[in-house]
Amino acid sequence: MPATHVLVPSGVLGLGFSLQALERGVAMGADLIAIDGGSTDSGPHSLGTGRSKYARAVCKAEWRALMQARAALGVPLVIGTAGTSGTDETVDWMYGITEELAAELGQSLRVARLHSSQPPARIAEALRWGRVRPLSPAPEITPEGVLGLANIVALAGVEQIQAALATGADIVIAGRCTDTAIIAALPLMRGAHPGAAWHGAKIAECGALCSTHPGTGVVRVSFDAAGFEVEPMAREAACTQHSVSAHMLYENADPFRLYEPGGHLDVTAARYTALDARRVRVEGSAWVPGPYTVKLEGARLAGYQTTLLAILREARYVAHAREWAARLHARLLAEVGAKLGLGPADYDIEIRLIGLDAAMGPLETRTAQPAEVGALCLVTATRADWADEIARLANPYLLHFPLTEDEPLPTFAFPWSPAQTSRGALYEFALNHVLALDDPMEAFRLTVTEVGAHAPVA
Amino acid sequence: MPLLRDLTRKVAAKNAGPFQVTVDVFCGSADAFARVVPALDTARVAGLFGVAPQLMRRFDIPDLHVVKFSFPRPVVQGSRFDRDMHGAQFATLLEELEL
Repeated sequence: MPATHVLVPSGVLGLGFSLQALERGVAMGADLIAIDGGSTDSGPHSLGTGRSKYARAVCKAEWRALMQARAALGVPLVIGTAGTSGTDETVDWMYGITEELAAELGQSLRVARLHSSQPPARIAEALRWGRVRPLSPAPEITPEGVLGLANIVALAGVEQIQAALATGADIVIAGRCTDTAIIAALPLMRGAHPGAAWHGAKIAECGALCSTHPGTGVVRVSFDAAGFEVEPMAREAACTQHSVSAHMLYENADPFRLYEPGGHLDVTAARYTALDARRVRVEGSAWVPGPYTVKLEGARLAGYQTTLLAILREARYVAHAREWAARLHARLLAEVGAKLGLGPADYDIEIRLIGLDAAMGPLETRTAQPAEVGALCLVTATRADWADEIARLANPYLLHFPLTEDEPLPTFAFPWSPAQTSRGALYEFALNHVLALDDPMEAFRLTVTEVGAHAPVA
Repeated sequence: MPLLRDLTRKVAAKNAGPFQVTVDVFCGSADAFARVVPALDTARVAGLFGVAPQLMRRFDIPDLHVVKFSFPRPVVQGSRFDRDMHGAQFATLLEELEL
């Protein structure tokens, strides 16, 4: 069987890649271009709101280069988890960019959209029927809680990507899916070794992160009946046995097993061989079939947040910052109760001391005395107007609160005006569960349209 | 007493999804790996991260000269009490550990 070559331009659309490396990949040839469009890495906000975290102009510029590379090669271009969270809204956002570019580039394209958003009512029903099961660790959920989630997505695997490719699409814009599925789908369709297909996909999912020059972006993976080979497309970059095998550590709780819809990858017996100074071949990884489940991600509204920041520079306040913050916190709770009539069920105030332990909290082990301390005041309330009102109430205290009753009022540094910043809705991840499916497509929808110069007028 | 960072090439931490974090200790050589493996007590590392010892997973990987720890995040990524969205600062606690 001939090898299947997949070009992976970068770890995510929006992060950038070397155009020279992409050109070289096009010149060497590929059967598919695959790029990830998202991750949970930057937090629950994208999933909660259904909005992309990256700038539209940046995504469009990079997508333009990939659409041109696709046209030059005459092969499919696939993006997974489009628009950061892979909700239906972000898939359609990416589709809008694609339509614009097709018109600008004069390309006529068949575009398949794979929608991964899940109606909360369906997931609540599946939970009642025991079809939704927790992973470890998982937050507690009830059918009623699921109904209240802002957005739920299911992570598609290779079967759904293969269904999208089978439509004859030039471009596949997939909603939430596993990072590996978009790379493994085509080699598996063409009979590549299953362990190699999944392992090679995992190695290439972050582009050139598996090489000595991560910033160059582009790698090409070649899959065959026995293994896979990986090569970075930038001439200055190299894939080494170490750079490739070490990538299994990255963002993976278990460096030997990777769970996917329908089974798991086991790389315990994988052998990494250097073909030359910049190419690595891998054989021996195994695919272990299992029940067909897809992972769920969900975000719930957790309140509204407004923040303030004051900087303490006077040595006595810096030295007694914890005591000051504890007294200030107690005073604020008393004032909010007295002036606004709100209680613990309505809001929460937290003061984090930047310079002491704002990043680590109670786990912090260092105790050095800083030159200054930032008091980051986080107000979270069940209503946005309450969060703002509480922050306005807190403003003069954060500016002037004294360490003791009998001393002149201090004035701390406010770095900006207004002192408070309304952060809007706060979302939390609410699911770490899997959904059992009888048919891989039952929780996903495919929409195929013709776009561009010769598209029929709708 | 040396710190872990004095004996290793790099310590890196990152979320492994929103509910777990993973910390990789890149020893950099077989000698350093042989020194670090017995010196790193799993229960002590669990204590450093405020995690129950039975929830701490550890992988000693001689081929890569890496010791890897994976554990449930003390608070879920991005939730109200999270302080570090990407979980990278967990590495600093471990690299400053006295061996």
